[in-house]
Amino acid sequence: MKKLKGIRLKHRKNTENSVTTELPLPAEVTIPMSMTMGKFCQPLVKVGDEVRVGQKIGDCPEMFSAPVHSGVSGKVKLLKDYIAANGAVCKAVVIETDGLQTVSEEVKKPVVSDRESFLNAVRESGACGLGGAGFPTHMKLSTKSPIDTLIVNAAECEPYITADYREMMEFPDDIIGGINMIKTQLGIKNAKLAIEANKPEAINNFIKMAENDDTIDIVTLPSVYPQGAEKIIIYNSTGRVVREGEFPSDKGVIVINVSTVAFLYRYMQNGMPLVKRRITVDGNAVGEPKNVSAIIGTPFREVLEFCKTDMDALIKLIGGGPMMGMSIPDIDMPVVKTSNALLAVKSYDIRKPSNCIRCGRCVRVCSLGLIPADIDRAYRIRNIEELKKLNVSLCMNCGSCTFVCPANRKLAETNQLAKALIRGK
Amino acid sequence: MVNKLKRLIVSPSPHDENFLSTTRIMLKVIIALLPAWCMGVWFFGLRVISLTSVCIGSCILFEYVCRLLMDRKNTIGDLSAVVTGMLLAMNMPVTLPYWMAVIGSFIAIVIVKQLFGGLGQNFANPAITARIVLMISFPASMTHWIKPLEFDYDAVSSATPLVLGKSGGDVPSYVDMFLGKTGGCLGETCALALLIGGLYLAVTKIISLAAPFSFIGSLFVLSWIGGDDPVYQILAGGVFLGAFFMATDYATTPITAKGKVIFGLGCGILTFVIRHFGAYPEGVSFSILLMNVLTPYIEEISRSKVFGAKEAAKNEG
Repeated sequence: MKKLKGIRLKHRKNTENSVTTELPLPAEVTIPMSMTMGKFCQPLVKVGDEVRVGQKIGDCPEMFSAPVHSGVSGKVKLLKDYIAANGAVCKAVVIETDGLQTVSEEVKKPVVSDRESFLNAVRESGACGLGGAGFPTHMKLSTKSPIDTLIVNAAECEPYITADYREMMEFPDDIIGGINMIKTQLGIKNAKLAIEANKPEAINNFIKMAENDDTIDIVTLPSVYPQGAEKIIIYNSTGRVVREGEFPSDKGVIVINVSTVAFLYRYMQNGMPLVKRRITVDGNAVGEPKNVSAIIGTPFREVLEFCKTDMDALIKLIGGGPMMGMSIPDIDMPVVKTSNALLAVKSYDIRKPSNCIRCGRCVRVCSLGLIPADIDRAYRIRNIEELKKLNVSLCMNCGSCTFVCPANRKLAETNQLAKALIRGK
Repeated sequence: MVNKLKRLIVSPSPHDENFLSTTRIMLKVIIALLPAWCMGVWFFGLRVISLTSVCIGSCILFEYVCRLLMDRKNTIGDLSAVVTGMLLAMNMPVTLPYWMAVIGSFIAIVIVKQLFGGLGQNFANPAITARIVLMISFPASMTHWIKPLEFDYDAVSSATPLVLGKSGGDVPSYVDMFLGKTGGCLGETCALALLIGGLYLAVTKIISLAAPFSFIGSLFVLSWIGGDDPVYQILAGGVFLGAFFMATDYATTPITAKGKVIFGLGCGILTFVIRHFGAYPEGVSFSILLMNVLTPYIEEISRSKVFGAKEAAKNEG
């Protein structure tokens, strides 16, 4: 099997031993109606309505979406327009908390009798990929193709982030339970739990737990970024290649994030939908880097204050990891379902791009074997034919090429622009 | 709650910082060139220092003036002009008149580099091209070699090992050639120092050894088959300087590993052909320049297979 190229990053997992702390209840939460891929939800509540913990407050008739629930009890204060970090505009529900955290009567153990009711329950839980991409989980699981392997993505290959790692250390039973549950419900024979080699403790722990189960295989991934990318993790754990235009299910696999698996398991026990998530708070402006469990909708400002962030020095906020995370334009934006990390930094690389010296570092690190330097050149003259020939559409925006570029060229960004150019936008 | 407006920087990912810069790469190349250059000073005397200063100084000046006239951002800070000047000096006999050196710098910086768009845009190696132009324009001055360690700049021209080899003269020993105690350009004679510099660049991951190895390797094998002394052939002339510092130049050689091997093989083959069958005793510069010209075509055929790309009418792997 051909080894894929990659890049050795500093792991900076400063928070790996930080036990998850509960964030104090915020005075107010802002819950966007779109936190996952797919169609936006419409609010189910009006201003002035009383809501309780776990109550569904947003839904959409389309299948390709995930409902939204409230994580607090209180009163709906406002329905407003909300601009997400990726630029999408949707509605958001602002709820004033009453501090009682009364649990809604909607929260009860879901009744699962067959595949369809299971998938329905998954949709009702509001689950999406908790690793950052936010693909609605029921869409992933409801594939018609025959699946023989469930890959549980526990690579967490980005620097800083330890949210998934803490899930593995704190709730390993939920993970194994969740894997078995999905296997049984969907009739999948094998599962592979793929963990990057920089988490030996978790690997050893799971190897012990799965000792007597030969349907669960613990895969140690090389400690080379990006392991968590879907196509890479499929190749490195099964040897299968998902080609352009294909879905993982076409190759008989489903990839699902490890925290999502654990969440689904808990949901099937107690019926509490996705209203809370673990988030790694780190970065050089943060005084006390740690993992916090935050109610979805909590403003980032409160998360940062809780972690003793130097607010005056802070100049940049990143939602997600340093390689693929998105810049957060506003400190008062809320924690969403896909917020796996919040990095607050007080330094910014101000170097301007200079000429490409064709050193080939971008070529050396690209896992896919793309030639970013040539893509950059072709994009500058808008040569669509050449861009297609260079297979730029496959780029997954892992950021490695930009990271290594000594001329500080924004190669990964150019790739995305080139993709859009090909699509004709 | 006080709603303090906080201005945040928004930028595309990745956000992690990487401290490697073009300037730092160029600095490492300069460091790597220093051992061979110092050996040049040792063997050929203090004029090496002044000649190199002229080359570097004029290169920087031409780069600065050129960018100014073209109304472009000033780029002398990236040190690439210094590298070009240094390489150019190392490709000259120590006795070369200063004004010729300045012409060499003009060709390297203005004609080869800046007219094509500056750093990274040139298709031919500036120092090699300048050397060839000087060699054709001023053949006598460019082949006025002196004996090492005698520092007699007015002496009658001595000969390089390759000339001696061609004319059947007394050839220096392997050890002398490896250490650089022979006639030749001021920076190309000491194979040992060039090897140290090249390995330093390889260890610090500035260059890949694919091109140098295939260059030197193919020249060695071909010389052997062709009946020449292979060790002599790789130690003589500009093979080490060319292989480690010119055939690894970023802008003018292929970007993929496969392409680099093809490039090196081509250089080795051409050098052998020129030396064995041609009238010139030395063929390294010509072979590198010819391969520079072929680089876009090599890149075209050496593109690696993209992971996950559609494969037409082929079995799934």
